[in-house]
Amino acid sequence: MAERDAVTDPWGERAPYGPGEEWPVRVDQHLVDIPDKWVRTASVLHSDGDALDLGVRDGRLVGVRGRAEDRVNRGRLDPKDVYGWQANASPDRLTRPLVREGSRLVEATWDEAMDRITARSRELLAKPGGWGRFGFHTSGQLFLEEYYTLSVIGKAGIGTPHMDGNTRLCTATAAAALKASFGTDGQPGSYTDVDHCDAIALWGHNAAETQAVLWSRVLDRRRGHDAPAMLAVDPRDTPVTAEADVHLAVRPGTNVALLNGLLREVIARGRVDEDFVRRRTLGFEALRATVEPYTSAHVADVCGVPAARVEEAAELVGTADRLFSTVLQGFYQSNQATAAACQVNNLHLLRGMIGRPGAGLCQMNGQPTAQNTRETGADGDLPGMRNWDNPEHIRELAELWRVDEAVIPHWSPPTHAMQVFRYAEQGSVELLWISATNPAVSLPELARIRRVLSREELFVVVQDIFLTETARLADVVLPAAAWGEKTGTFTNADRTVHLSDKAVEPPGEARPDLDIFLDYARRMDFRDRHGDPLIRWHDAESAYAAWQECSRGRPCDYTGIGYADLRSGSGVQWGGERLYAERFNTDPDYCESYGHDLATGAEFGAEEYRAKNPAGRAFLHAVAYEPGAETPTDEYPLVLTTGRTLYQFHTRTKTARAPELQAAAPEPWVQLHPDDARELGIADGDPVLVRSARGELRLPARVGGTRRGVVFVPFHYGYWDLDAAGPVADAGRAANELVATRWDPVSKQPLYKATAVAVVKEG
Amino acid sequence: MHLAHYLGLLHRAQLTLGDAFREVGAAHGDEPDVAEQCARQARRCDRHARDLEPFARRYAEDAPDEPERLHSELFRGTRTGGLGLVRDLHDLYLMATECELCWTVVGQAAQGLRDAGLFAVVRRWEGETAIQVKWLRTRIKQAAPQALVVAAD
Repeated sequence: MAERDAVTDPWGERAPYGPGEEWPVRVDQHLVDIPDKWVRTASVLHSDGDALDLGVRDGRLVGVRGRAEDRVNRGRLDPKDVYGWQANASPDRLTRPLVREGSRLVEATWDEAMDRITARSRELLAKPGGWGRFGFHTSGQLFLEEYYTLSVIGKAGIGTPHMDGNTRLCTATAAAALKASFGTDGQPGSYTDVDHCDAIALWGHNAAETQAVLWSRVLDRRRGHDAPAMLAVDPRDTPVTAEADVHLAVRPGTNVALLNGLLREVIARGRVDEDFVRRRTLGFEALRATVEPYTSAHVADVCGVPAARVEEAAELVGTADRLFSTVLQGFYQSNQATAAACQVNNLHLLRGMIGRPGAGLCQMNGQPTAQNTRETGADGDLPGMRNWDNPEHIRELAELWRVDEAVIPHWSPPTHAMQVFRYAEQGSVELLWISATNPAVSLPELARIRRVLSREELFVVVQDIFLTETARLADVVLPAAAWGEKTGTFTNADRTVHLSDKAVEPPGEARPDLDIFLDYARRMDFRDRHGDPLIRWHDAESAYAAWQECSRGRPCDYTGIGYADLRSGSGVQWGGERLYAERFNTDPDYCESYGHDLATGAEFGAEEYRAKNPAGRAFLHAVAYEPGAETPTDEYPLVLTTGRTLYQFHTRTKTARAPELQAAAPEPWVQLHPDDARELGIADGDPVLVRSARGELRLPARVGGTRRGVVFVPFHYGYWDLDAAGPVADAGRAANELVATRWDPVSKQPLYKATAVAVVKEG
Repeated sequence: MHLAHYLGLLHRAQLTLGDAFREVGAAHGDEPDVAEQCARQARRCDRHARDLEPFARRYAEDAPDEPERLHSELFRGTRTGGLGLVRDLHDLYLMATECELCWTVVGQAAQGLRDAGLFAVVRRWEGETAIQVKWLRTRIKQAAPQALVVAAD
C-alpha cells in the first residue's frame, strides 16, 4: 500500500513489464483518518476511469484507495484521484436553491425554485414551436442514469433537438470520427492494448497530464523488456514528447497534411495489409490518389518539421506488428478536426491494426462520463447510437417511450452546443438549462458567452455543486449532490462501466441530479400516449434498467451488465475487450450516421449510403489539407493553443478546492518559445499581455516548452475565486477570452487550438 | 454549335455564385460556420471559373452571341435574421443547382466533341459543385425549423 506525494511524483513507482504480461498491481491510497467503511466508485476528474474506493468515517469522506482488481488502473491513483475528493466537503458548497431577485441571487425553497422553472417552461411550451424555445447544456461529469433521464425529458417530453453538453468541447470529434470510419460510436481498442503493442502513437494526446494512470501503464511497458516504440505528435514539449522516440512538433492546424504524408509513405513502402484493405474497407483508390502529393518534403514544408523526422515516424508506424494509437484534443480541437482523426483510423485500417491484442486505437474522451452523454443522447446524438435519419430507429424509440414518432425531433441532427448558444443569443431559445458545467469559462469568446447568459429575456437555470461563473449569471441555481453523494454508473474512454455508490449524504438541501430531473418531469407532468407518466423510473437502479432496454441490440448494449455484476466485480467493458475483429458497424440499418463530406459537413442520405454497399466494411475517408481560417497576421503573429495541466480539471471547480492540487498549479500562465520570448524582450516570470481580436489576458510568462511561433495557455482558470463571473479590473485570465467562435464542420467541436494572438511585455 | 452558349452560362454562373457566396458569407458573420464555409466555397467557384475560362474563350470564337440572363443573376443581395439566413442560403442553393446542371450539360457536349481537356475539367470540379448543393441543403434543413416556427424576427 503506497502513500506517495502525488504532486511531486504524479506517475508513481515504475513496475516494468513485457509484452503480453499482466500489468502489475500497485495499490495507491491517501487517507486523512481511518475509515469505518469503504464505498466503491471511480474517478470523475478525467476520462481514464480509475476504479477506487472512498473511505468513509462517521459520515465523512476521509480518503481514497485504488481498486487492485480493476482492469483500468490495477490499484493506481492519479494526483487528481488522490486529492480531488476533498472538494466535496468545501464550506462553499451550494446547499440551498437560489433565485434571482433583480441583480441578486437569494436563497429559496425547492418548491419556489422549481415553480419558477416549471412556470416558465409551461409558458414557453404553450407558444408556437414551444419545443424550440428550450435549450439544454449538460455535461461530461454526470452519471449515465442522469443523462438518460434528461435525454428522454428533452426528446420525448419537450420534444426539442436543442440538447448538447460540454462533451461537444471535448469528445464530439472522437464520436464523429468513429461514426465516419466504423459506422457507429464506440472505441475499437482497449487499455490492455498497451500491454500487447510493439508501437504506440499518441496523436495530440498529452496522456501524462490528461490520463496519468494510463501514462503509468505506458511508462511501465517502456521500462520493461521488448518495450514498444513510441511516436508523439504535439506542438509542445510535454512529458509524453520527452519520452517518445520520435516527436513531431507540427505547426498547429496541419494534422491532416502530416497524416496524409504518413499514409503516403505506408502505401509507397508497401506496408499496406492488402488482404485486410480488400476484405474490410472501402475507398482505398481515392485515398491513395488524395495522399499521393504529400511527399515528406511537402509535409515538412506545411507542418514545419524535418522531412527526416516524418520518414522516421512513417517507419515507426509502418513497421509495427501491433500498433496502438490514442488521439485527443491536439486533433479534436484543431483545424480539420474530424478529417484528421479519421486519418488515424485510416492508418490502422491500411495496416490492418484493429481488433486484435495490441493492434487498436482509442479516440479518447476528455471528460470522465462523456461516453455516457454520447450513448444516452444527452449531447446531440440519439440514445443507443441510433441514427436520427433512420425512420426505423425513430420508431424504436417511439415504441420504447410510448410516444408519437413526431414528438421525437429527428428532422435534422440534434442541435450542437454552439448553435444552441446562438439561438439563445438571437432570442429564439428562451430557457437555457445548464447542468454540471461551466460554459462561462469553457466556451470560446467568453465576453460573448457572458453577454448571452446575461440577456434579460433568457431564463437561465444552473444546476451545480458550487457557485460557478455561470451560476452567478443564472436566474435559478439548483444545488446538486456531488459524486460520492449519489449512486449511478459511468463509462470511461475504453468502454469500461463502473458503479459509483453513495458514500455520504449531500450537504444541506442539495439533491442528486437524477432527483432534480425526475422532479421536473413530475411537476411538468410529461405523459406518454397512454396517459401514463413518461418517466417510469424513480431511482438510479430503475433508471439504469430503463436504459438497458433502450440500449438492447445496439453497439453499447448494457443488458448484460447489471448493478449486481458491477457490485460483485469491478469495471466491465461493454462490447467485450475489443470491437471489430470481424465486422464494422456500417450496415445501413445499423449504422449511426449516413455520413458527411468531411470538408464541408454536407450530409449524405440513406440512398447514397446504401449505394456504397458497405456490408460491414470500414470507410477510408480521403481529405486534402486546407489551412485553417484563422492564421497569424502582422497584428497577431503568434498561434495560441489552449490545454490542460495535470493538477487541474476542467474549470477547477473541484480541483482548486483540493489544497494540494491548487498549490501545485495556483495560477494560469502563458508559455512561449525562447526565441519568440527573446525577440519580445520577455524573460521567465515577466508579466505579459496576450491579445487576440476577441479579448486580452494578463499572465506571467513561462519561457520554453512550445515550438517557435506557438504560445500556450491552460484553459482551466476563470474568476469564481475572485468572486466574479468575468474579468476583474480588465485582468482577463481565462484562455477562452481569446478564442474565436468557430467549429469543425462535421463534429462541430470548437477550435480551441488555432487562435492568432499578439504577446507584449507589460510594465 | 451551341457549346459556347452553355460554356458561357457555366463560366458566368460560377463567377456569380462565387460572388454570391462571398456576399452571403460576409453578411452572416455572426453565423461563423456559414461565413467560413461560404468563403471557402467562393474560392472553389473562382477555381472552377479559372479553369473554364480558356475553354469559354476558345469556343466563343464559334458563337459570338452572348448567352441570355441567368437565374443566378436574380440574386439581389443579402438579408438579416434567422429567416434571412434561410432565404440567402436558398438563393445560393438555386444558383449552385444551376451550376450543377450546367456541368452536366457541358460534360455531355465535351464528350460529344471528344474534347478530353474540357471533359477533364468537368470531371475534376463537378463533384465540388454537387457538394456545395448538399452543404447548402444540410444547413438549410438545420436552420429552417427554428427560423420558420420558433423565432419571432
